[in-house]
Amino acid sequence: MFARIVWLVLRKDFTVEVRSLEIAYTMLFFAVSCVLIFAFALVQEGQAPEGGAAGILWIAIAFAGTLALGRTFERERQSETLRALLLAPAARPAIYVGKLLGIVALLLGAEMILVPLVALLFQAPLLSRPGWLAIILVLGTLGFAAVGTLFAAMLVRARSRDVLLPVLLYPITVPVIIAGVRATAALLQPEVDASIIYFWLALLVCFDVVFVTLALWTFEPLMTD
Amino acid sequence: MQKWFVPAAVVCGLMFAIAPVLIAQAPYESTMGLVQKIFYVHLPSAWIFLLSAIVCGVASLRYLFGGNPRHDRTAWAAAELVVLFGAITLITGPLWARKAWGVWWQWDVRLTSSLMGWMVAVAYMLLRKYGGPGSDKLGAGLALFGMANVPFIYISVNYWRTIHPTTNVVPTLPTSFGLPLWFSAVTFLLMFVLLLRLRVRLEEQRSRLDALYLATDE
Repeated sequence: MFARIVWLVLRKDFTVEVRSLEIAYTMLFFAVSCVLIFAFALVQEGQAPEGGAAGILWIAIAFAGTLALGRTFERERQSETLRALLLAPAARPAIYVGKLLGIVALLLGAEMILVPLVALLFQAPLLSRPGWLAIILVLGTLGFAAVGTLFAAMLVRARSRDVLLPVLLYPITVPVIIAGVRATAALLQPEVDASIIYFWLALLVCFDVVFVTLALWTFEPLMTD
Repeated sequence: MQKWFVPAAVVCGLMFAIAPVLIAQAPYESTMGLVQKIFYVHLPSAWIFLLSAIVCGVASLRYLFGGNPRHDRTAWAAAELVVLFGAITLITGPLWARKAWGVWWQWDVRLTSSLMGWMVAVAYMLLRKYGGPGSDKLGAGLALFGMANVPFIYISVNYWRTIHPTTNVVPTLPTSFGLPLWFSAVTFLLMFVLLLRLRVRLEEQRSRLDALYLATDE
């Protein structure tokens, strides 16, 4: 039952998005512009700053993610469809998981474009170890989106929600950004030290587990009027 | 207002007047000299910063799962005190660090987690002020996530090297240093209790006023 509701919410979001592709296009364009601004600001005389690529990749993900989170729930606010979703005889945590998976999928899609772009503009060997990078990106995106989905859902009814989402989200997701950036930076070293990557991956896994659990636990009381 | 409030406020005021004398009379620390006196403000405010964060987190948790508005008022009041005492800690810290370490700021465990905790409290206040209806629940959720966040920041930054002294320093202090420290810690604690009580009372009266307005409208 749980998995079925998750699937239905995910499919609904996917169908709505595919019809217009509004969030996908705007988020992608925004993320690419972000990376380009960093390239203009930091690349001097064809030389990219050392170790900058990891940070810029994660900043672009965080910015684009905030935009996607805000837009996804703005869409649910129009004609009060979120209320309808919550009124449905479905487990609230299942609705949360459905929404979360939708956002994670959207962000992973954007990362497919962002990673080669950052690698190209900042001359970083990001794609030399695609397996490791994929694990880091999936875990980091999941942690960021786990907190973001809950906060964006709660903010739907609040005033000035557009400004408040990044204000609330960034201080809480600092560990994800730190771990993501450090793990990616370790991956870019000429000689990869596996123990460093394992340490940050372990931290990311713990963060994901704790925050997804916490979100599932608090989604019900938080979304009740 | 409770009977104890005014006498306690007078005592707190007196203690604040005496504390500088005690601090001035404490001996100079051998390596840092005069600048070490910031310690008597920095450490107590950091303790109260932590205490208010714990009060805010526990009150938020109880509000989220109990729904009693009393806990929500306590959480809000405590969050404002987190911002106040956090600001004192974060201003006195770099002033001392500039002289003791030669730098204003280090990305060390304590500094980073304090800064992030303080930022969560500021975000909480922004939310409560501009979030409109429903922001009480949301704030409780934020406080809960903020609490869960601390160990992660702690672990992730602990991986980097640190120069901040650990808490093991305090029990080994000689009496001449310990007395002004504990005196100012008690002073800060008293101020915390008084401010918390005052702020909660303000919220209580505000909600009573709202209830009265609603009653006259009907």
